[in-house]
Amino acid sequence: MMLEFFFTRGLRALATLLLIVTITFVVLRLSGDPAINILGLDASDEAIREFRRSWGLDQSIWVQYVRYLQAVIEGNLGRSMLDGRSAVDAVIERLPATLSIMVPGFVLQLVVGIPAGILSALRRNTWLDRLVMTSSVVCFTMPGFVFALLLVMVFAVTLHWLPSGGAGTLAHLVLPVLTMGFFGAATLARFTRSAVVDVLGQPHIRAATLRGIPRRRIVLLHVVPNAALPVVTIIGLMLGGLVAGAVITESVFSWPGIGRLLVTSVASRDLAVVQTILLMVGTAMVLANFCVDLAYGFLDPRLRHGQGNSANKG
Amino acid sequence: MPSFLEVQGLTKHFSVRSGAGLFSPRIPLKAVDDVSFSLKKGETLGVVGESGCGKSTTGRLVLGMMAPTHGSILLDGTAVHTRHDAVWRAQRQRMQMVYQDPVSFLDRRLPVGRQVMEPLTVHSIGSSVAERREKAEALFSVVGLRPDQFASYPHELSGGQRQRVILARALVLDPELLVCDEPVSALDVSVGAQVVNLLKDVQLSRGLTYLFISHDLKIVRQVADRVIVMYLGRIVEEAATQELFQQPVHPYTRALMSAVPSLKPHPQRRLSIQGSPPNPMQVPNGCVFHPRCPRASKLCQTERPELRNIAANRSVACHHPEDTTVSSPRKLETI
Repeated sequence: MMLEFFFTRGLRALATLLLIVTITFVVLRLSGDPAINILGLDASDEAIREFRRSWGLDQSIWVQYVRYLQAVIEGNLGRSMLDGRSAVDAVIERLPATLSIMVPGFVLQLVVGIPAGILSALRRNTWLDRLVMTSSVVCFTMPGFVFALLLVMVFAVTLHWLPSGGAGTLAHLVLPVLTMGFFGAATLARFTRSAVVDVLGQPHIRAATLRGIPRRRIVLLHVVPNAALPVVTIIGLMLGGLVAGAVITESVFSWPGIGRLLVTSVASRDLAVVQTILLMVGTAMVLANFCVDLAYGFLDPRLRHGQGNSANKG
Repeated sequence: MPSFLEVQGLTKHFSVRSGAGLFSPRIPLKAVDDVSFSLKKGETLGVVGESGCGKSTTGRLVLGMMAPTHGSILLDGTAVHTRHDAVWRAQRQRMQMVYQDPVSFLDRRLPVGRQVMEPLTVHSIGSSVAERREKAEALFSVVGLRPDQFASYPHELSGGQRQRVILARALVLDPELLVCDEPVSALDVSVGAQVVNLLKDVQLSRGLTYLFISHDLKIVRQVADRVIVMYLGRIVEEAATQELFQQPVHPYTRALMSAVPSLKPHPQRRLSIQGSPPNPMQVPNGCVFHPRCPRASKLCQTERPELRNIAANRSVACHHPEDTTVSSPRKLETI
């Protein structure tokens, strides 16, 4: 049973990654010419022809695609057209910088969003609930870059407390991490609230109250575990948003991470680098969703043996 | 013998919008209106009526799940608290509830055995986990569940087994009063009958007092010692089960009875209720039942009949009840 599960999930993951590679390849190849993007508009015809020949860009798009796919399967993700370095090296070099804002940002989302949502649900229709929900609406309707610029204006330009961009010290981390965290925290707070409100209204919670079980115990043992399922689903989906958040955050704060590398590589149609980044993100997403599925089994006993809802009536 | 549960003038109004509009005025909905009854220890009182007649609300009020608008509920001489204080929690140990829909009243994430044990932990009964587990397992055998089902999840059990878990969970605190709100209406007839028998066995062996709410007259007839019939939040008739089923005096009760299919070769002439089911938001003047009553007179439209005694332990709220003196007691026994 378990083996079959891993096998089908593995196949589906491979299909997803193949789709990512293909779509990126087609879009990047059809939307611009790396030779002109990298060498410049005033490069000589000869240089451009030479560039195309050496990178195999003079072949038909099918030949290029098949060649690229072959190389990827052999484990060779190619070299950057900009400086000829290995694409994997170029990406890995930037990885720590991105993780250093992504991981704290994600943790911030969880530790702010989930408790805020639970609190809001437990104090439903009080000033606290309205405060949390209003700020959550403000936070998640505001585009990330607006929020980032707002933070810069307040904390860097007006108060001079924190640097407005760049990297190096811990102080440089604060604003990017806040930017990464707040959007997700706001989303999570809203979803957690509605999940908890939903569980609070369920009959078995009323029954638990009627058995004289204290409220704190009901919340911790009966409400939170039951509300976890939809929240975990949202967390899985939010991981994708994290990458988008990194692109925006790193651009605004000139953070030397993968997000900014992605932006510059796309601009110069540096296929190998873009592909490497997207493959990495794709793998991370596939793994994250796999973890979410495993968490489902833990959270809902009905899904545990892959038998679905097999309640026998009678 | 003093009564164990004493309910006096119980009234519950809900405030609801009179229409679908945003600005339609709020009007009070009388879910339960001046209901009084009492229960002796070890007795079963059946509460019957159509859906929406306020029988479930009565059950929830008795358990102190919400505050009544008027009226008092005394459990063994002490008022039932509605605020969740220490007294309220202590009273949880004396009265519990059995629910209509067992699946939604169980936490699907916890093994059923742990759900049965939980009240013991919370009320600090039993000195160790092992002792609590032993007590819970003993209850499993009382309600007819296998010991190996202790670790099952609700979805792994059948409907009847879930209802047994609910019963075990209610009994684990050794309550004295059990409010059963349609305990078998979600089950198949045969499974329901088993659960009804189980409820009766448990009552005998533990001396429980039941408030048994149901729309199913056949089941009420099986389990109840006395029955109250409710219509639009009010008691219209109260009698011992035997008398009520042999000779209903309120026209509504008569109509309810004749709606039950019978195997008798010569069934009584069926008395069907006219008109549509009542709307609790538009309670008629006078007798609440008069728009649908075949015996309604001018008086019924203007004056509300009070619940009055017509015989020992027998009351009815009707201006024109069926005459109890017409048919002789001997004739009754043959029915």
